[in-house]
Amino acid sequence: MAAQFRDQDQLLSKMATGNGHGEDSPYFDGWKAYDKDPYHPTKRPNGVIQMGLAENQLCFDLIQEWLMKNPEASICTPDGVENFNGRALFQDYHGLPEFREAIAKFMGKVRGGRVKFNPDRIVMSGGATGASETMAFCLAEPGDAFLVPTPYYAGYDRDLRWRTGVQLVHVVCESCNNFKITKSALEAAYENAKEDNIRVKGLLITNPSNPLGNILDRETLKGIVSFINEKNIHLVCDEIYAATVSTNQPNFISVSEVIEEDIECNRDLIHIIYSLSKDMGFPGFRVGIVYSYNDAVVNCARKMSSFGLVSTQTQHLIASMLSDDEFVDRFLAKSKERIETRRKVFIQGLARAGISCLDGNAGLFVWMDLRILLKDRSFEAEMELWKVIINEVKLNVSPGSSFHCLEPGWFRVCFANMDHNTMEVALSRIKTFMHQIKDQNREVKELAKKTCRQNSLKLSLSRRRVDDFLMSQISMSPHSPIPQSPLVPART
Amino acid sequence: MAANLRNQNQLLSKMAIGDGHGENSPYFDGWKAYDEYPYHPIDRPDGVIQMGLAENQLCFDLIQDWLMKNPKASICTPDGVLNFKDTAIFQDYHGLPEFRAAMAKFMGKVRGDRVKFDPDRIVMSGGATGAQETIAFCLANPGDAFLVPTPYYPGFDRDLTWRTGVQLVPVVCASSNNFKITKSALEDAYREAQEKNIRVNGLLITNPSNPLGTILDRQTLKGIVSFINEKNIHLVCDEIYAATVFTNQHNFVSVSEVIEEDTECNRNLVHIVYSLSKDMGLPGFRVGIIYSYNDAVVNCARKMSSFGLVSSQTQHLIAAMLSDDEFVDRFIAKSKERLDKRHKDFTEGLKQVEIDCLNGNAGLFVWMDLHKLLKDQSFEAEMELWKVIINKIKLNVSPGSSFHCSEPGWFRVCIANMDDSTMEVALSRIRDFMHQNKDQNTEVKMPARKLCRQSSLKLSLSRGKVEDFMSQNNMSPRTPIPHSPLVRART
Repeated sequence: MAAQFRDQDQLLSKMATGNGHGEDSPYFDGWKAYDKDPYHPTKRPNGVIQMGLAENQLCFDLIQEWLMKNPEASICTPDGVENFNGRALFQDYHGLPEFREAIAKFMGKVRGGRVKFNPDRIVMSGGATGASETMAFCLAEPGDAFLVPTPYYAGYDRDLRWRTGVQLVHVVCESCNNFKITKSALEAAYENAKEDNIRVKGLLITNPSNPLGNILDRETLKGIVSFINEKNIHLVCDEIYAATVSTNQPNFISVSEVIEEDIECNRDLIHIIYSLSKDMGFPGFRVGIVYSYNDAVVNCARKMSSFGLVSTQTQHLIASMLSDDEFVDRFLAKSKERIETRRKVFIQGLARAGISCLDGNAGLFVWMDLRILLKDRSFEAEMELWKVIINEVKLNVSPGSSFHCLEPGWFRVCFANMDHNTMEVALSRIKTFMHQIKDQNREVKELAKKTCRQNSLKLSLSRRRVDDFLMSQISMSPHSPIPQSPLVPART
Repeated sequence: MAANLRNQNQLLSKMAIGDGHGENSPYFDGWKAYDEYPYHPIDRPDGVIQMGLAENQLCFDLIQDWLMKNPKASICTPDGVLNFKDTAIFQDYHGLPEFRAAMAKFMGKVRGDRVKFDPDRIVMSGGATGAQETIAFCLANPGDAFLVPTPYYPGFDRDLTWRTGVQLVPVVCASSNNFKITKSALEDAYREAQEKNIRVNGLLITNPSNPLGTILDRQTLKGIVSFINEKNIHLVCDEIYAATVFTNQHNFVSVSEVIEEDTECNRNLVHIVYSLSKDMGLPGFRVGIIYSYNDAVVNCARKMSSFGLVSSQTQHLIAAMLSDDEFVDRFIAKSKERLDKRHKDFTEGLKQVEIDCLNGNAGLFVWMDLHKLLKDQSFEAEMELWKVIINKIKLNVSPGSSFHCSEPGWFRVCIANMDDSTMEVALSRIRDFMHQNKDQNTEVKMPARKLCRQSSLKLSLSRGKVEDFMSQNNMSPRTPIPHSPLVRART
């Protein structure tokens, strides 16, 4: 058997035997708990509620209604089947012209019509996952680096680095100024890379932010555009959550708007990643988009799109749906409204339980501050708290360390992948948990007065046990899928 | 402007500014001619007929008929819309279980149920294009090589080498023995690689073959399996044309069958690439499959599939369609029948004007032998002949050199992407051309290697013009060439 393993390691590429795929992480514990005992209102009312998936499930009623009125959007209906042959045969990597036009128009509407997108710059990719990887292949050599502000979406580690050989260098953002991306943080990261002899090729930002759930203000965005122009490096903006911004102020400002006003900016450095996975709730359809202002990048990314084109069956559906102006306007308005309402209710519920979140008006999640609950300011303490949340509060949330947050105690909590009642159940569990802690703390305080001993929340995990936990790997055989693990879905 | 370009070259990766994408090739001329003036029976009866696209258009009637009877297959119909939400949010890289089960069953049926496929080994990819690239990423490090028998599908150059850094080393096959993959050819290629200090990681075969339109006989396939076991290298079998084998005299023998019988074979070395683009005629749906007998490869390829999953909307449709046993059996049978007839009609038409094709029984094309029409046995002469075929006969066929054929004079001609009347028109044009040729020349037939000049076929292309032609590349993002061979994900 040992000989076989040695043999395997020689047989496969380094890429295949390494762990660049990012799945050898301690974060599967929450997923396992959910998979074993998923919440159901009647069958498993004590099950684990999934709050680790950034999905948008709030507007499927609108879509289904539209589908029933628009049978020609499907190539399988009597109304649409005459298109079947043409679509089934069409494999041109430019994509259906009507698809590109509809996406360009949609992207414009999402930005309130403040900027227009050119259909000829719309390039397909295998979801935003494929778009990020393609960007790295086009812009950087193996060994080059992208700067990424922390905390950031964990999938970038795989998408930008695994098969490309590109590195990520962290731009450290801190809670003391609401994780703002400061010029000094950017400069520090750039300098660090230089000192390590790493060539920085670009900066990757996610705006609106995952996991923070906020948007960049105009000044910060302009500062970022200046920075990349000054260093002559690329700016890749993942705007996948663009339509999840509430209608209140502040408005979402896209990089596309900033460069319209900034004539100094070298547009060859500007690229946008987009997808319909969050704004429309269609992650399964794999509609990834690369939009670059650089002709050579459009050209190259388009050739690379052969490795991840959007199914023409889906291109046809999306083209139909997104070219219906009345529907799109109504959908965007309603979707924002529902996300906003859900966010408000959830944040208020958390506040009543004594929990605060980072101020934000975007995304399908909140960035919850549980620092006060930590035994100490360490990531081990964060992991312990996380295990408590999973096993006792029965909520699968995502610990900040999984997003490379440099301060322990933050958790991303998704709220748009469930119905209202489930959210209420989650809130009541949180409230109950917080009351228990308050009561425990009161008892502890009284005890401490007597004995001067602190902190009954300290769980007696020895250092070694914590290390074991952190190092434990999940057995990933092809025959035992973990269906809801964070990197098993293409995006979380 | 020059400064801009210099800046661009520094701004982008070597991968982006190089030509590993494979599109800087001389083979776009045929496509341009077609795009400028495509054949239409009424509007443009003297337009260029497209015979360079290996598409299967013969059985859409059966599929449309099935769709009308099975509204649940779509998530957009009243019958199917209940599945819309769950399907739209499903992004698990294991794929819908019913999709995997249906694919495994279909692959078995295509092989006459002589072998069973395990749904848990079915891994998705962005078409066969994505499957090939993923396999290269899994099995080889940059600089490593795969052996590939010539002639082969030109897309492999991009799919296996562009972003992976892997190399392709040709295994030269000759017309003298019908392009058979011989042990000595394999050994020669392997040794040559070794002498150049190139590490050979695997062998990639396409069976049924593109562009040859033939299947490997059992003995050859077993010899190949022995070879890769002996060298301890991988065997990747692209079986994308498996259901296009149309005669019953010679059954298609899949590598999956050979390894069932061969207990010595190290299954960790064996991998199949598949797709629905040819067998079902659905290239637009991007249904690529990797099927590996190596657990670690299944695992790794599955993780990589995140970069090119099949749309869940399409998984749902395919799962419904391919789990309908009665439909699948009928489709496979009818498809073979129609391909068989099309092949017979076309090759007999060619025979009437003394044009031979390699004896084939599979694929969506024929491998036509025109070496007798060459001015001389050179690739320049092949290009000249090709230009004549495009510009005078008005057929877009694919010259053998684009498939890395080591001998000039062969052309791949696709015959399943058109209706019967269009095929008749194509044949009549060929007939006319050959008759004219006979009339104008006392000596059409030349012995091989003799440099006789043919007055009517000789085009006076100077060397310089040929080079210009070969370095032409008008590829701006705003002027797409919709039917170019590499614009489509696969030809």
